[in-house]
Amino acid sequence: MRARVLVRPKTGILDPQGQAVERALPALGFDGVANVHVGRLIELDVDDPAQLPAMCERLLANPLIEDYEIVEAVQGHG
Amino acid sequence: MRFGVVRFPGSCDDVDALLAAGRVGDAVFLWHRDRDLQGVDAVLIPGGFSYGDYLRAGAIARFAPVMEEVTEFARAGGPVLGICNGFQVLCEAGLLPGALLPNTSLRFVFRQVRLQVADPDTPFTCACPSVLSIPVKHTTGRYHCPDPVRVVLRYAPGENPNGSQDDIAGVCNEAGNVLGLMPHPEHAVDPLSGSVDGLCMFESIRAHVGRHAAV
Repeated sequence: MRARVLVRPKTGILDPQGQAVERALPALGFDGVANVHVGRLIELDVDDPAQLPAMCERLLANPLIEDYEIVEAVQGHG
Repeated sequence: MRFGVVRFPGSCDDVDALLAAGRVGDAVFLWHRDRDLQGVDAVLIPGGFSYGDYLRAGAIARFAPVMEEVTEFARAGGPVLGICNGFQVLCEAGLLPGALLPNTSLRFVFRQVRLQVADPDTPFTCACPSVLSIPVKHTTGRYHCPDPVRVVLRYAPGENPNGSQDDIAGVCNEAGNVLGLMPHPEHAVDPLSGSVDGLCMFESIRAHVGRHAAV
């Protein structure tokens, strides 16, 4: 199965990368942008999707500083 | 006494760590794929970019075979010092609490900083004066931990180079035998580089090991 794992900075932890992007957008004329956060997208094929949470906890994310979200791709659209 | 310096692919301060430790004792390299700590009395995990810092700094290195031995060594009370990337590895390995985040400035910082020894009662600081001048060089040094930690070193007021919480530069585990710090004591052991303040940390380890060997 094809899956995507979205990893983002935990709420409340300073995200200077997101702030830098947020400041850069108005400089290009894009106004009305707020709460920008920069994270990571990990795509993977897995035989057993039930193992995904453990993979996230142990390696793909650091739960102390990052939140993760597992998105299972729809068959044929992965 | 004998120091062991772990070498991962991508370590780059391993030679300086070996030379610094070699000033106060014997020092050998420990290869990341070996499970043999060669009977060392203390383990140093040096700075650099272990396994390319892929995913997160230190995230892959913690699974190296040598780390299983280092973990066992630490659990048995052996002194383990992680410098910079070594600090990141120890946090990822769960041997130290917390994590290191990108500097608030998003910039690489490379400068001499003054450090306050907040806890002189550790195997790494027992022979140190209360203030040290040691260089930092990193991009991912902002320490974060939601729980109370045993702080060993703090950046002096106004010198925090990375946005680290409570000006934390180095923390140890509860038992005190595992220390991680972002500054580089191994780069401050010769007058040529402007400071010899890092040497006292290696001397502290030697004094600690000597005391325990004598018991």
